[in-house]
Parts: sequence; structure tokens; C-alpha cells
Amino acid sequence: MIRRSRFTEAPAAWLLMAPGLVGLMLFLLLPFALAVVLSFTNLRMASPLPLEFVGLANYTLAFQETALPRALLNNLLFALVVVPAQTALGLALAVLLDRPLRGRTVFRTLFFLPVVFPLSLIAVVWVLIFAPGPDGLLNAALGVLSLGLWEPRDFLNDPSWALPAVMLTSIWQGVGFQMIVLLAGLQAIPRQLYEAAAIDGAGRWRQFLHVTLPGLRNPLIFVVIVTTILSFRVFDQVRIMTRGGPQDASNTVIHEMVRTAFDQGHVAMGAAMSVVFFVVILGIALAQRRLLRQRGEVS
Amino acid sequence: MSRTSALLRVVLAYTLLLACTLVFIAPVLFMIIGSLKPDALVLAEAGSLRAFLPDTFSLDNYRAVFERVPFGAYLLSSLIVNGLIVGLGLLVNAFAGYALARLRWWGRGAMLGLVLAVLVIPFEAIAIPLFYQLSWLGWRDDWLVQAIPFVANPLAIFLFYSFFLGLPRELEEAARVDGAGVLSTFFLIVLPNAKAAFASVAIVLFLFHWGMYLWPLLMTTSEGVRPLPLGIANFYTLPPLQWGDIMAFGVLMVLPVLILFVVFQRWFVRGVASTGVKG
Repeated sequence: MIRRSRFTEAPAAWLLMAPGLVGLMLFLLLPFALAVVLSFTNLRMASPLPLEFVGLANYTLAFQETALPRALLNNLLFALVVVPAQTALGLALAVLLDRPLRGRTVFRTLFFLPVVFPLSLIAVVWVLIFAPGPDGLLNAALGVLSLGLWEPRDFLNDPSWALPAVMLTSIWQGVGFQMIVLLAGLQAIPRQLYEAAAIDGAGRWRQFLHVTLPGLRNPLIFVVIVTTILSFRVFDQVRIMTRGGPQDASNTVIHEMVRTAFDQGHVAMGAAMSVVFFVVILGIALAQRRLLRQRGEVS
Repeated sequence: MSRTSALLRVVLAYTLLLACTLVFIAPVLFMIIGSLKPDALVLAEAGSLRAFLPDTFSLDNYRAVFERVPFGAYLLSSLIVNGLIVGLGLLVNAFAGYALARLRWWGRGAMLGLVLAVLVIPFEAIAIPLFYQLSWLGWRDDWLVQAIPFVANPLAIFLFYSFFLGLPRELEEAARVDGAGVLSTFFLIVLPNAKAAFASVAIVLFLFHWGMYLWPLLMTTSEGVRPLPLGIANFYTLPPLQWGDIMAFGVLMVLPVLILFVVFQRWFVRGVASTGVKG
């Protein structure tokens, strides 16, 4: 094309790029570098000790003396339950809505509704739903459904129920997101493929296995990766519903990080946890690239 | 397929959909109806059908929200912070996305690589050092500190970048041949044709930040600059616990989002799906 524009465009390009570039540098890259540096120091809030480098001490101590290992395990459990459950439910809803039903936009809107609610609000409402005793909404509902066999419990203060309660809240809130992405993916699958499969004698179930699932490959990988990453970022619900308790039963990495750095003032240790957290996320993101590359579909 | 089995399928689909609707709508209804009931009855009646079919309605809880906490101040803070993030964010990220997608300049490849690389850094991983960094500068506890760090957004840059790549070049080239500069081409030719991208990115930015809880929790101490999510969390821990008031706060908090959602539903769906399809 116009050769000279190479020279005339550069100043404009830098001018357009500059505000975004400065923002990314100052508020993403710099603090990230700082997290790595701080994690090797002894920085504490309002501490009289001089700042010094302590090597890997924060990392070893974080794994030995804080709830970080338990928190990582909880995040892993969270991902192992929430990711498959939410994806399966999202897929089921998307398949249900991917047909010419009257009122499907209404249903779609209703299922998507929780996604637009702030998590802090949802957490507070679900605290009430999980209320202890026979008068709690969930306890009462389970009592009716089990014909009175259900024994009411204090979900959020019970070590074996606190984490599942947070999981349930998160699935309820997030499944609409999965549904919308998968629905968009479903609508991109050419109808002819289904017709061809039907002519070959494939029933509904075989069509689903051999046309729908392969056609949804990329959206499915995408929602699985995003939900996995979100599973490791869980904070708001935990802070409001359980504060990580009882006995760290529902503690998560970010919650432990905030508690260490802010509630206890141990900034350097919190920074070390941030770095551990970042490494986990990076691992997931790299796995995503691998998965998408296998078919050479990444642009 | 016979007529009866087709009919059966439709009935089955509707039954499933209605059952799901119940699960999705029950907590929301519970909140709305709880907000209209006397405080003591919200919890006491949660276990019976009275939770959804109350015998008395009143707006007392809504009055209490305004009397017990500075609801107006929380709302104002949320609106200002989100207005800044979305307003400035659209400009800054669209600029960057356009420079990366359309202009030829030395450094373009490196900048694109940088944007894709920082896309991986989750906010939670930098919350602590960023808190320290800004506290050293003495910058905390105002509206700007809640907004400015989130204006430049790698995901938004990437979404704009992909959108501009797909836009036909002809119009821009015609303008450039007519002697228009890069900036005037951008504002006069590209912007009017990019409404869909702007709407999607605006909604994604708004959804990400309206519920923001961790950052304002770290950075703010005065009620005057705290946003709604902190307001409801504070309210929830403020004795005496009055569930009716809390539910009323919740309804008021989600109302602006709901109005936006209902009006711009198509764009919400498209915006969220676009992060997925291109991501």
C-alpha cells in the first residue's frame, strides 16, 4: 500500500498507544515485579525492623506455618467440583435453549440474571438461605423434599459443609455465563451437519456425541479454563460467608493472602502467596495454549 | 417422529426449564420479598411458604436503609468509579487496540506481545504490591484510586484489536487518500462504525467492576468514597442484624444493573459471548 505512511503513522501510533501502555506498566507490570521482589524481604506493616532480604524464607514458612497448603487444597477441590458441575449444567441449559421454543429469551434472561449480580450481594443472600435450624430456607426445603428425614444443620459453621456451601453459591452464580458462551457456540454449528448425521441414521444421542461435542470443542475448552482460573481466585464469597472457617475448612489462597498481608500485616508473606498463586494461574493458562494448539486452532 | 412423542418432548423441555427457573429465581424473589417484610419475620418465615407469600408489605426497610447507612454516598461512589473506568477505559483501550490493529509502526509486534503477556496476570496477584506502591505515594481513599488502575485493560485492548482487524479497510483508506490524518480518520470514520465493539467492551468492563470488593476493601476507609459492595458487606456485619434492611439494600444495589441489563440485554449477551468466542 502507500509506502510513505510507514513513517507518518509511527508518531500517531505511539500517541494512541501511550495511555494504555503507561497504565499497563504502572498498574500491572510494576506491581507484579514488586510482588516478586517483596516476597524475598521481611516487610511487615508498621514494623520497626529494617528491610532486608530473607531469601526463600517466606515461601518455606508460607507452606509450613500458614494455612496456604490447606487453602491450595480447597481451591483444587473447588475446581474439581465446580468446573465439571458448572460446565455440565451450562451445557445442559444451552442445549435445552438451542431449540425453537416459545419464551426462550425469557428463560435465557432468567438463567443469566445471577451473573450480573455483584458477588458480595449474592453471598449475603445465600448466608440467609443457608441459615441454621429448621427455619433456614435450604434446611426447610430439604426437609420437605426428604419427607422430614433431613436433619437441619448449620451449613456455614460445619467443617464438612462450609466449602460445599460456597461451591453451591458459586455454581448458582456462574452457570449462566457458561450457558451463554456455549449457546453462542451451539448456534455456530452448521445445521447441515445434524441433517447429514440424521440421514446416516444417527439418533439424538449419537448426534450430540459426534456433532455437538466436537463442534463445541473450543468454547468448551474456553469455559473450562476460565472457570478453573476463577476457582483459584475465589475470595468475595469466602470473605463474606465463612471468613475461611471453620478451622480453614473453606479457606482459599486469595483469602489466606489477604488475611496474612492485611489482617496480620505480614506483607512479604502475602506477596510470596501472590507469586505462588500466579504460578498456578500461569500453569493453567499454559495448559490452555497447549490444548488449543493441538489442533492448530490458535490464531 | 410421531406427533405424541414430539409433544412429549416439548412438555419435557418446558418442565425442565420451569424447574430451573425456580432454582434461579427463588433466591432473587426471596430477597425482594424479604425486603418488604418486617425484619424479624425474614428469618423466622424463611422455612415456610410465607417466605414467598407474605401477609404484610411495607417499605419501612427501604426507609431504614437510607437512615442507617449512607446509601446515597455508596451509590454515588459506585457510579463515579464505574463511570470513570468505563468512560476512560473505552477511549484508552480503543486507541491502543486501533494502533495495534491498523497502524504500521516500529514496536507494534512487541506491544502486542506485551498486551497478550499481561493478560495472564490476575488482579489478585498484584493487589498487595499495588496497595503498597500507591500507599507510598500517599494515594489512597478516594474515587480516583479505585478507578485509574483499571482504565488500561489488556482484555479490552485485545477485544478492540480483534474487532478492528475484522473491520473493512476501504473506508479508512478512502479517508486517508483524501488527506485525513490518523486521528481524524479514527474519530470520524472508525468510531461511528465500531458501536458494537464499544457496547460489548463497555458492558464487560462494567460487569467486571460494578461488584468490585477486594480493591476498595484494601484502599478505602471513609464511608464517603466506599462503593456499594463494601456498603452491603459493612451493613451485613453492622449490629443489630436486620435482615429486612439488608435485603432492601440488596434490591437497591442491584436495581441499576438490572435496568441496564433489561435495556441492553442483547449487548450483554453478545459482549459476554464475544469474550468467549475470541478468548
